[in-house]
Amino acid sequence: MAGFAFDSLREAGARAASVARPRPVPAVRAADRRGAGTVRFEDVSKTYRSAAGEVRALDRISLDIPAGAIFGIIGRSGAGKSSLLRTVNRLETPTSGRVLVDGEPIDALGTDGLVALRRRIGMIFQHFNLLSAKTVRQNVALPLTVAGLGKAEIARRVEEALRLVGLADKAETYPSRLSGGQKQRVGIARALVSDPEILLCDEATSALDPETTLSILDLLRDINRRLGLTIILITHEMSVIREICTDVVVLEAGRIAETGPVWQVFGAPEHPATRALLAPLIRDLPEDLAARITPHPAPGAEALLRITCSGRAAPDLAALAAATDGPVRLLQAGIERIQGHTVGRMLIAAGGAEAEARLRAIGLEVEGIGYVAADD
Amino acid sequence: MSPQMIDRLWQAALDTLVMVGVSAGVAVAIGIPLALFLVTSGPGGIFPAPRANRLVGMLVNGFRAVPFIVLLVALIPFTRLVVGTTIGVWAAIVPLAVSATPFFARIAEVSLREVDPGLIEAAQSIGCRRRHILVHVLLPEALPGIVGGFTITVVTMIGASAVAGAVGAGGLGDVAIRYGYQRFDTTVMMVVIAILIVLVCLVQFAGDSVVRRLRAR
Repeated sequence: MAGFAFDSLREAGARAASVARPRPVPAVRAADRRGAGTVRFEDVSKTYRSAAGEVRALDRISLDIPAGAIFGIIGRSGAGKSSLLRTVNRLETPTSGRVLVDGEPIDALGTDGLVALRRRIGMIFQHFNLLSAKTVRQNVALPLTVAGLGKAEIARRVEEALRLVGLADKAETYPSRLSGGQKQRVGIARALVSDPEILLCDEATSALDPETTLSILDLLRDINRRLGLTIILITHEMSVIREICTDVVVLEAGRIAETGPVWQVFGAPEHPATRALLAPLIRDLPEDLAARITPHPAPGAEALLRITCSGRAAPDLAALAAATDGPVRLLQAGIERIQGHTVGRMLIAAGGAEAEARLRAIGLEVEGIGYVAADD
Repeated sequence: MSPQMIDRLWQAALDTLVMVGVSAGVAVAIGIPLALFLVTSGPGGIFPAPRANRLVGMLVNGFRAVPFIVLLVALIPFTRLVVGTTIGVWAAIVPLAVSATPFFARIAEVSLREVDPGLIEAAQSIGCRRRHILVHVLLPEALPGIVGGFTITVVTMIGASAVAGAVGAGGLGDVAIRYGYQRFDTTVMMVVIAILIVLVCLVQFAGDSVVRRLRAR
């Protein structure tokens, strides 16, 4: 139940590599915050009351996000992704349950505690949310300005943050003069300037074109690796999760549908919601074959078999050929390597007798789809 | 026109400028905090105080509902209390300011309301306190609209100051009524109208160019 078409994304990635890349950052600060940046949701529920009645946006969510992870939250619109993300820095307060950041419950924090917490948690937004009346430098400096830091310190850290996102030369520009990708880089610089341990990304790439999306994802991955901060991102694009996340949780109607390492959830999606979200990435049975398919074998027909890979080992093609006693043709395949796991599926036509059983006997995950006449 | 009349017109124009200038200053000084209060104290605002919000809103509406000429007369005891007299330029400033403040507050309120809530959320997410949000987000982001609204307020007040002239406040309206109307001096009437038109055009031009500069960022 997997098999992907990331080809177009890959090509875009190759193009994006030649576009402005952020300068590498010294990994000095990663060490002193090892272990910091965990988030734990305990039985978190959120109910909105409106004239139309009650809406249960989050329904008893319990989840652990380890330090240093790139954790994806995915789901259809209205599944509760945004609400869940916003409980981490208490832009949203749970109706019941609690959220712990680095083991500390955040529900009881007063104003000072909340401000201190938010300075440890950066956030970027789909529509960037930059202040139009301030220059790039002033936007990035704002978290430090309101924290009351000295001028020299602010200048130094703003410079560093802008260099990190590759926009050092745009410091005196107003945001309206920047492209979408540049605006998001300013947003990232603003989120990172106070040296947070967690970065929340609210549909951070949804307003960007595929090429810019990839360069922003590259930047996020780079930040995660070099600064060691935990990234929690929400998106409705599976390709974003696939590109950078280590773990993923699928939300459906306010509940957790499925959660785990990306390779597992993508390789063997169990919940219908996950399958629905994966659908755009999955290749369907080609139409010409679907039209000719018959449920029972006819003389001279080949068996159509779908082989699913969701493990560490890549399929051994020689063993596959040896196991069948007739011709084996590869019709369609989408095999990907995610976090060291081979994930995807392929469609083959096997001519020999009992191909399905023979292939299953050598340990492949096989699904018989039907039979088609061998026409060539 | 006699030299005395030219002197009189010059003095009247200065009076009008003083009346409008001082009461516009009062309108800004009180109107902007009032507008901030109206925007932030509503339900879901950053300083929620729904009851006080409703009360202040009603008060503002009350003043807005009273026509200026009625307000002028109704406020006479209050005017005497504040400036010690009920005639002249300073006596006109009190009702002008009382009328312009809620007017400007409502206009500024509209601009403040149009600030994207996402910006407030972003400010909160980077550790801004509520006063930071007022200073760094709401006011600067709404500034072009507030300046535009201030221009409208000043133009409206130039008109209102002429009405104040009718009850002995001095200024261009006073000259137009006493000489232009009551003494059938059409030339004076025309000159007053011309001065008012030039005044309004200058204010509008100045306001527009400031707004354009602010929006060009």
